[in-house]
Amino acid sequence: MSIDTTTTGGGLRGWARDLGMGVRFAVGGGREGWIRTLLTALGVGLGVLLLLGAASIPTMMETRTQRGQARLPMEMESEALAPSAATLVEAEADTEFRGDPVRGKLLRPDGDQAPTPPGVSALPGPGEMVVSPALRELLGSPEGRLLRERLHFKDVGTITQPGLIGPGELLYYAGSATLTTDDGGWRIARFGTLVKSDPLDPLLLTLLIVGCVVLLMPVALFIATAVRFGGERRDRRLAALRLIGADARATRRMAAGEALFGAVCGLLVGAGLFVVARQFVGDVTVWDINAFPSDVTPVPGLAALVLLAVPVSAIGVTLFALRRVSIEPLGVARDSAGRRRRLWWRLPFPVAGLALMLLNGRVSGRDAEVNPYLVAGGAALLLVGVTLLLPWAVDAAVARFRGGPVPWQLAVRRLQLSGGAAARAVSGITVAVAGAIALQLFFSAIQGDFMKITGQDQSRAQLRTMLPSHDIGAIRKMISEFHATEGVRGVIASIGSSARRPGPLRKGEEFRPGTLVSVGDCPSLSELAHTGPCKDGDVFVVKDSTGTVDEDDITEVARPGATVDFAGDDGRSGPPPHPRLWTIPMSARTIEARKDPTGQAVFGLMATPGSLDLKLLERPTARAMVKIDPRVPDAVEHVRNTAARIDPQTRVFTLQNTARDKQFTSLRTGLLAAATAMLALIAASMLVTMLEQLRERRRLLSVLVAFGTRRATLAWSVLWQTAVPVALGLALAVAGGAGLGLALLRMAGKTAFDWSVVWPLTAAGGALVLVVTLLSLPPLWRLMRPDGLRTE
Amino acid sequence: MSIGHTLLGLLESGPRHGYDLKRAFDEHFGQDRPLHYGQVYSTMSRLLKNGLVEVDGVEAGAGPERKRYAITDAGITDVAQWLARPEKPEPYLQSTLYTKVVLALMTDRDAAELLDTQRAEHLRLMRGLTERKRTGDLADQLICDHALFHLEADLRWLELTAARLDKLAEAVGG
Amino acid sequence: MTPAGSLLEARALHKAYGPTPALDGADFAIHPGEVVAVMGPSGSGKSTLLHCLAGIIRPDSGSVRYGTHTLTGLSDARCSALRRTDFGFVFQFGQLVPELTCLENVALPLRLNGTKRKDAERQARDWLARLEVDGVAAKRPGEISGGQGQRVAVARALATRPRVIFADEPTGALDSLNGERVLTLLTDAARDTDAAVVLVTHESRVAAYADREIVVRDGIARETAGAA
Repeated sequence: MSIDTTTTGGGLRGWARDLGMGVRFAVGGGREGWIRTLLTALGVGLGVLLLLGAASIPTMMETRTQRGQARLPMEMESEALAPSAATLVEAEADTEFRGDPVRGKLLRPDGDQAPTPPGVSALPGPGEMVVSPALRELLGSPEGRLLRERLHFKDVGTITQPGLIGPGELLYYAGSATLTTDDGGWRIARFGTLVKSDPLDPLLLTLLIVGCVVLLMPVALFIATAVRFGGERRDRRLAALRLIGADARATRRMAAGEALFGAVCGLLVGAGLFVVARQFVGDVTVWDINAFPSDVTPVPGLAALVLLAVPVSAIGVTLFALRRVSIEPLGVARDSAGRRRRLWWRLPFPVAGLALMLLNGRVSGRDAEVNPYLVAGGAALLLVGVTLLLPWAVDAAVARFRGGPVPWQLAVRRLQLSGGAAARAVSGITVAVAGAIALQLFFSAIQGDFMKITGQDQSRAQLRTMLPSHDIGAIRKMISEFHATEGVRGVIASIGSSARRPGPLRKGEEFRPGTLVSVGDCPSLSELAHTGPCKDGDVFVVKDSTGTVDEDDITEVARPGATVDFAGDDGRSGPPPHPRLWTIPMSARTIEARKDPTGQAVFGLMATPGSLDLKLLERPTARAMVKIDPRVPDAVEHVRNTAARIDPQTRVFTLQNTARDKQFTSLRTGLLAAATAMLALIAASMLVTMLEQLRERRRLLSVLVAFGTRRATLAWSVLWQTAVPVALGLALAVAGGAGLGLALLRMAGKTAFDWSVVWPLTAAGGALVLVVTLLSLPPLWRLMRPDGLRTE
Repeated sequence: MSIGHTLLGLLESGPRHGYDLKRAFDEHFGQDRPLHYGQVYSTMSRLLKNGLVEVDGVEAGAGPERKRYAITDAGITDVAQWLARPEKPEPYLQSTLYTKVVLALMTDRDAAELLDTQRAEHLRLMRGLTERKRTGDLADQLICDHALFHLEADLRWLELTAARLDKLAEAVGG
Repeated sequence: MTPAGSLLEARALHKAYGPTPALDGADFAIHPGEVVAVMGPSGSGKSTLLHCLAGIIRPDSGSVRYGTHTLTGLSDARCSALRRTDFGFVFQFGQLVPELTCLENVALPLRLNGTKRKDAERQARDWLARLEVDGVAAKRPGEISGGQGQRVAVARALATRPRVIFADEPTGALDSLNGERVLTLLTDAARDTDAAVVLVTHESRVAAYADREIVVRDGIARETAGAA
């Protein structure tokens, strides 16, 4: 009989045959084989789902931006657009409901050819509105009762997808019969504009690149772990194949074939999950982001990359994992027992990563160059390095442990025998936490550049509102209505206008010097300036305390005894102003301004209603700050309802201590959303690994139960077994994350290092372990039943 | 092996002629050693003398082969006692045990119990041998081991037979 | 054999796994210092009987009494505690914790009982010496032979000086010579400490080490006649 030498051949045919054989094993391995393939497929599928999701982000962002721009009112370059049959007047009527923004516009067509916003088939008539499906649902629900009072228009139509940024968006267009350009409206000829967006700040670009690396690395690690599910059983099967004559290389190729099959199944599962998941994507809102299924379409190039990279890396990972395993005809020998993990080839990775990142140089300032390859490569190398260091660190640390209580001993001894597997399980979390720490460090250091301290004081007032009306009677009525609103404890209201020096322009002047006039009652005025004792009829000259306004400018116009002219100079009213003169009483006191609750300082003239005939003021505007009772639920919504009843254009703002730069916020939002998905993935992976480990030890668990081992003892041992590598992983993550973070900070030219960002993430990683342990307890209890003792 | 008890047992299922008895014996137990007619007659006359069988009738013609035998109550008791009594464990016991099992099945007695009883007897002997082995010298141990392995083989056969009792009962009954 | 003065006694045990009854009215009694073999073909319910006797599983009906305790009425925690202190176990294979050294394996039940590590390991060393395997104390189970492994397991079962040792096919994976040595050591040690041994086996040569045997067939345990 001739010896079949083709098994030794590594040629293309040999490869194809052995891979095919492996595929057949994956399919025909009985129940056990199927479970293994299923686990792998599920694991890889989850990873693929995430990768496809990531590949869809550019499309999603682009389509969202496009639809957002398509509904912006077209701004005209020229001063004013003449009314015609094809124009309309629009005004913003945005509001907010329980923290969710409700966007709205008032529309008043000038003629029957007036443009319609995208997604709207016919303009709503006066007193009518068209709404987005989400808003309609909210209005129809019991929760939306208060909002219904505010948007009391008749619902006559639906805004469809082209007009919405996301399916969950709350949007309405209401028709108006009275809106004019004089009371806040703008005349436009069409919707849709192309706002050229700013190129991303180099700092943000760096952050984005590192963020992507940080988020996708654990996914890659997860896929790598998933193709190794059930590896030990497979090794035993391959040993049996060696017995009947397969050579070592052939068995490796068969193993690769099995992994390949799992990975391809995983791709199918992932693609399937993706197709299903995107149908439900509209129901999910993560930090205000919400997308239509059709928005979630992967960029073709990236999708192709995923399709190609996943099977190839499955084969690569399998061959790499088998490099230290010799599959002999009579069993499987792992080289690891005799060989210690070496540090020398692991250490260069993180060091090289750091070096690459520092090579890019500073990125602070708008003109700085960001080389994405350097930054991404450096970050990836650094994180890979952390992963590579982990098995060594686990080995090195665990080898030193001795003694301790029984659960600890069980766990430590297990780790001493197979630290690599434990390290693999937690490497995902290590990379994730290291990356997240780095990003958070970077965030906290640069957020000063993007955060503006508003100086608003929430303890003095919680809401601020601008009243669009210029009619003094209407303003008074509004203020009293706010007072009467449920849950309102106080209204700081003032009516403002401007006062100028009477008479013609003097030589060298381009406009008449002027200052502000604010009229309010004593309690309100005392919130705006240090009035001291105050009674109706008093007048004050208020000096600016912030130093932004030259004091002479104020005193030139506003002096006790001086006459001022309330008539405005602004270009709106064409003919020369008719003077509206008023003399400041000699009794007027000069006082210092005080920052109002919104953080602004008002200066100039302040008068109580009894000292000044309000009719003298030209185009007065009212500002009100509302103090609400925190114990009254929905007090904010009641105030907004009042405001809307007075005029839909009334804007109500919530006072906040800080405000974030919008671009910065959206980036942070995206990273947070992705980090959430990633942590869930890691938890799933750790759980699967733990369950597989427990299943392998089923008999031993039963024996331990037989001789009376407490459940708690075994539970603790499981906990330690997870916690020790995780603790080491987290320690390494903090080190690696701090390293990456410091490198980023150096690039940004920052030195501030905020250690407080480290702890929440470390704690989150720890909590994850706890959750995984808790979730693996019920199966542990089940496996601890004596069934495992039955040998028959 | 006791031919007398075997023939008695065969009679329990009903009266038979001498030649009938020989045929039944050969069919069930005599594969390698068929019974001579002479053995049947001499055995039957001994049983007749001991009152364990009686002549049920004689067919026309002469010769002992024409006599029809039936078992007496004393005969039934004798068979029962024989079946219940364990054999002294010794090599090449199978044929006797097999006969006992088959007869027990044919006579609707509990064959399993018969086997259990035999096993207990075997084990009693094995315990003795094991005890001797523990305290004895190497020569003792070797001798005991030899006996133990033979007894174990018997017991294994017993176990196997016990496990196949149902099938055997079918074969015997059919 | 009268149940009077018995150490462990079971009455009318019934246990079914799904529709198949594993025990169908089994009775059992054992006295201090006695070695009882539980025999029977595969699947006859031998192991189930042992598990019920040891309080590892709860019978569907019937009762198990150990000394003054009724095992079938005890909580799981009390049962476990009893198994730690009063019972010892030897199984056919796969019972040593592969990560622990042999010494640590033997010390494990002592430590589960709260004995200090040093103390437990000193006692464990003595037991290993007694079972003639003190040479493998520092090795892991994967590095020793099957016979040595079973001796380590016996040492572990004896370490807590249990009143009852449950051995489920303890020599099933061993050759004759090793099997006999393990049995001799096990039964000698048990007799020395006046412990009872419940020895589940399907091998008659193993059962011959017992004082008497019980046969389980179709879930019914019976003492064989004439075994006095």
